[in-house]
Amino acid sequence: MSEIATSAPRAAAKQKGHRTVMGAILTDPKVIIAGGFILLLVILAIFAPYIAPKDPLEQDLMLGTLPPVNGSGYEPGYYLGTDDLGRDVLSRLIYGTRIALTVAFVAAGLAALFGTVLGLIAGWYGGWPDAVISRLVEIWMAFPPVLLSILLVAVLGSGVHSVIAAIVIIDWTRFCRVIRAETMGQAKLDYVTAARTMGYPKLRILIREILPNVAPVLVALISLEMGIAVIVEAILSFVGLSVSSDTPTWGGMIAQGRQIIYQGWWVLTFPLIALFATVLAFNQLGDGLRRALDPVLQR
Amino acid sequence: MTALSLMNRLLMAAITLVGVAVIVFVLLRVVPGDPIAMMISPGASEADIQALRAHYGLDASLPVQFAVWIKAVLMGDFGTSISLHRDVLSLLAERLPATLELAAAALVFAVVLGLGIAVIATLMARSRLAPVVDTLNGLFLAVPDFIWALALVLLFGVLFPVFPLSGRINPDVSQGFHTQFYLLESLFTLRFANLLDVSLHMIMPVLALGLPLASIITKVLKQALAEAMVQDYILLARLKGMSRLRLVMQEALRNAIGPTIALTGVQFTFLIGGTVIVERIFAYPGIGNMAIDAVINRDLPLIQGLVLVFGALFILVNLATDALVAWFNPRMEA
Repeated sequence: MSEIATSAPRAAAKQKGHRTVMGAILTDPKVIIAGGFILLLVILAIFAPYIAPKDPLEQDLMLGTLPPVNGSGYEPGYYLGTDDLGRDVLSRLIYGTRIALTVAFVAAGLAALFGTVLGLIAGWYGGWPDAVISRLVEIWMAFPPVLLSILLVAVLGSGVHSVIAAIVIIDWTRFCRVIRAETMGQAKLDYVTAARTMGYPKLRILIREILPNVAPVLVALISLEMGIAVIVEAILSFVGLSVSSDTPTWGGMIAQGRQIIYQGWWVLTFPLIALFATVLAFNQLGDGLRRALDPVLQR
Repeated sequence: MTALSLMNRLLMAAITLVGVAVIVFVLLRVVPGDPIAMMISPGASEADIQALRAHYGLDASLPVQFAVWIKAVLMGDFGTSISLHRDVLSLLAERLPATLELAAAALVFAVVLGLGIAVIATLMARSRLAPVVDTLNGLFLAVPDFIWALALVLLFGVLFPVFPLSGRINPDVSQGFHTQFYLLESLFTLRFANLLDVSLHMIMPVLALGLPLASIITKVLKQALAEAMVQDYILLARLKGMSRLRLVMQEALRNAIGPTIALTGVQFTFLIGGTVIVERIFAYPGIGNMAIDAVINRDLPLIQGLVLVFGALFILVNLATDALVAWFNPRMEA
């Protein structure tokens, strides 16, 4: 019986299109390169202690501001040079992936969770829940993100938890708006009508039928949000409002590099490249996934 | 825009600003850290602390504090900065012009560049360069102001040191200004040496703020122009023998500009938000840079003043955008 109800876009994709959807994802060079890069970052973050050539916190003032490979005065083993305190830039870069990815995954995940739950409720049940949630989103979005983040960090204090909380509190609306609209669109389709005719409970239809069909959009949004989260964390680390300064972060390294820009350009350059590549990867991955998973765009 | 809808919008703006004030006040009173604790010297007695608390009005109840604060704000008294020991209003008045000049210059730059590229790309839509422009712009769309600013620091500050890396003006020539609008004042008083110095200091922050906005304007306007170019009236004008340049500039642009202005207005508020970090990177003495110090120092009176100023700026930008959209689109008048 349930075959009828699930002969929805999802089921259609399963029968004739699932292989092509996977195929579309796996043949898009953008998605492969971007996804591969992010996978590499994840591996670096998890196995940082085994991969990093040096201790990222070990200071040696005798080895301060050494240039990277090929520079005059290069010290073997310090491939990307050292900062003014003699800490190895490459090792700090590798350890820096930990904070960047933690914030990216946790903040984007939580923002997606809150936004999606509220968006599904608003889009599916309509009526007063929709009215309340939609007004809330409107009021929220009238408040410019920068003001809200200044205020939130002032209130919550610095630290990685505050950074994550600030991102979730500011950006859940992105998910809520899109998922609400998607849900309303799906609710009009035949498979939902079929499921209702079969007498399934509303909640079951929402979770078992509609949610899988809004999932592609959700995945793309999460990827984009991760890119935003990485930047926000880097900015707050840069100004010294994220984790304490001895934990290696890309933003912290950039701030340090900005101060000694004339003595050692590499201290700023390498974390900046890492940051840019990461943001670009999340962006391209989100974009590619959206194209691959969206049946309308595919045609 | 009719007088009634104008009144309506102004009223809404005022209500929004009051809402911002209430939220700011409530949020900042639940701050866990004690600002007084950061000001006192280690040997201060309890009586000293109480006196200080009373001096900054932090000993009264919350509603009383709010009433006192909002009344003072309306009278132009924003309180005294805890970290800088100065009147908040005069600090804001000193720093705001720097940010206004920076944001305005970035806006002008972004509009000119975005409009230019969109028009040129439309004129040569069938050339082999068109996909290159699209790809490049797609890449530019992914680069935020923070990364632009730092890349510019490396490029024009270190690799080719052509522009000054920090500040707003060379301290040697900063004397003799009557206002804080250095750019405008040196322009109108024809002091070209000063104008050049101020401009050189502004180039990198303006690029960092303007380039992301320019690529957004390019994308949206190019799409709107492409849609307009296939309309019947364009075909008619083309049949009449109008040149392609006139076609785009005179006919298509007029019909494509409305949505672009609306979007530019929204994005301009993000640009103003971006001044916070960009000013920081270039040590530019505006209100954005000051906001970061205020948060680091937990300087509540200063944070309140700054957030209200930013809030007022955003509201003004939104009002101006609405007015411009209505101006360019007579159909909206009804």
